[in-house]
Amino acid sequence: MTTILTVQNIAKTYRHRDGIVNALNEISFSVNKGDFVSITGPSGSGKTTLLLALCGLIRPTSGRIIFENQNLENASDKVLAEFRKKHVGFVMQNFSLIPYMTAIQNVMIPLGLNGHSSDEQQKLSSSLLELVGLENRQNHFPRELSAGQQQRVAIARALVNKPTMIFADEPTGNLDPFLSMEILEFLQKINKDLNITIMMVTHSPQAANYGNVRINLSEGKICS
Amino acid sequence: MISGILAITLGIGVMVAIRSISEVSEKAVAVNLDNLGANILVLPQGAGVDNYYAADIDAPTFPEEYVERIATSDITGVDNMSPKLTRRIDIRGQKLVLTGILPKNELASKPIWQNSGLFGADLKASCGPSPSNKTLGYKDEKLQRKSIDSLGASDCLLGANAAIRLKVKEGDKVNVSGTELSVGKVLSETGTVDDDRIFAHLHTVQNILGIKDQVSSIEIMGCCNAISDGLLGKLRNILPDTRVTSIGQIVSTQIKTNQLMNQISLIILVIIVFVGGISIGNYMWANVNERKREIGILRMIGYPKSSVYYVLMLKAAIMGLIGGLIGFVAGALIAWFIGPYIAGINIAPVPILLLWSVLISIFIALVGSILPAWFAASFEPYTNMQEV
Repeated sequence: MTTILTVQNIAKTYRHRDGIVNALNEISFSVNKGDFVSITGPSGSGKTTLLLALCGLIRPTSGRIIFENQNLENASDKVLAEFRKKHVGFVMQNFSLIPYMTAIQNVMIPLGLNGHSSDEQQKLSSSLLELVGLENRQNHFPRELSAGQQQRVAIARALVNKPTMIFADEPTGNLDPFLSMEILEFLQKINKDLNITIMMVTHSPQAANYGNVRINLSEGKICS
Repeated sequence: MISGILAITLGIGVMVAIRSISEVSEKAVAVNLDNLGANILVLPQGAGVDNYYAADIDAPTFPEEYVERIATSDITGVDNMSPKLTRRIDIRGQKLVLTGILPKNELASKPIWQNSGLFGADLKASCGPSPSNKTLGYKDEKLQRKSIDSLGASDCLLGANAAIRLKVKEGDKVNVSGTELSVGKVLSETGTVDDDRIFAHLHTVQNILGIKDQVSSIEIMGCCNAISDGLLGKLRNILPDTRVTSIGQIVSTQIKTNQLMNQISLIILVIIVFVGGISIGNYMWANVNERKREIGILRMIGYPKSSVYYVLMLKAAIMGLIGGLIGFVAGALIAWFIGPYIAGINIAPVPILLLWSVLISIFIALVGSILPAWFAASFEPYTNMQEV
């Protein structure tokens, strides 16, 4: 197995009016290509902070994050934006869709950023929406879609650039159990069929079971 | 967004209107100085002289007999007189200016007409330039003496613009308030209110207007030496109920008015920089806050900070461009509409003001948007991730 992501002793501290908060405390682990990593833990354990640090949305206070031999911890904003654009897809609890854009327009956003032509954007986005079973909802606005359908649009958007990894933050947090299972199974399918590495933050033990690697955090430390 | 653009549009519009009027009137002053020939104006008491070249339009009248009073006085240094009666008229829906002239005198004092083919021999004047001595008493050699033999009672001369508007040419007839006048000549374009004038014989115009034996101004060509010796005062003494003024005084008033207008436009510029900038900035703040989540999503997907910044600044620039363009058009229209009323001249758009309008409004929009755009670019995308 190829190691795709290496995390060495990363820490993240926040200044708060009540004192310094250690959100992450000397965490180290590595992720192989094709892993489905579940990051679990109680609220405030540092799950989301870890995810944010791994995808370059926040900088760790110390430690190293190496993605395919590239150091991310001190990379410039431009480099980190490029890294997210090329290698990362996001699936968020709140779906993160732009409300005034249709489903297909939302899926097209990353393609536009990567310089694809309008025809290519249409074609690729359409095929991705077909993959997630929304071929008949391409021109629907997010408000016209159910929660599960919105999350599937978000997954299509996350996949459209053929990312190396998908970062999912509580992807089933706003869904009922049936839809949750559907989304998790879909993520698992992507993981296996497309060999895309998935890093999923969840507080649900059932959801965590879909991962083949589990990182359990407590007070900013890995406890299992 | 509309309020932001509107603030800039209004400011630029007012500024363009003021600048258009002042710039065009400044040019008109220069052209008029060249064209007028005469250097003293006798106007009715109370006539405004803000725009001396149109000061006689619709002015009150005084008796034509004043011409004779001057001619028969012992005042020396008056070389030529040109009594005029001027009123606005409407011909076939076209608003024009009808001016009655005594042709020999009128043409003698207007060098621009000398090229129209209407002139006769040099007028012998007491201190006018002659082939042998062209500098006697005159500051400007354009003040040459020329005369015309006749302008018939049923003839008229048309300004260039008047001919175009009435769609007539030399030899055609023009019906002026029931009187048929034959177009003897279409005058060359001067860039002044003369372009919109119909010149006819003074007595014909008096008959048409029903103002017998009255005139609204007398243009006088006076020797500069005589002016220095108190010619204006002497004229005032024999014409107590008139306003006798030299072109120099009038031009000075005009220049002061223009300077005042320019200062007002500068004050307006400063105000719109503040009001427009704050208005656009306020809109951008609101817009950035409204789109916080959207910006977060784009940053998360891979937009770098610089792209967010440039997109917002581009939006501001486009708003400024739109505001500047609309403001220029609005200002040019205002100037075109009110120019003839407040300055007595037709105001054509001043192209350079388009460039300035656009540049200034873009500058204002960009300055007002710097902080909101910077804030948006600095906005950390992870707040979107933590938002439920």
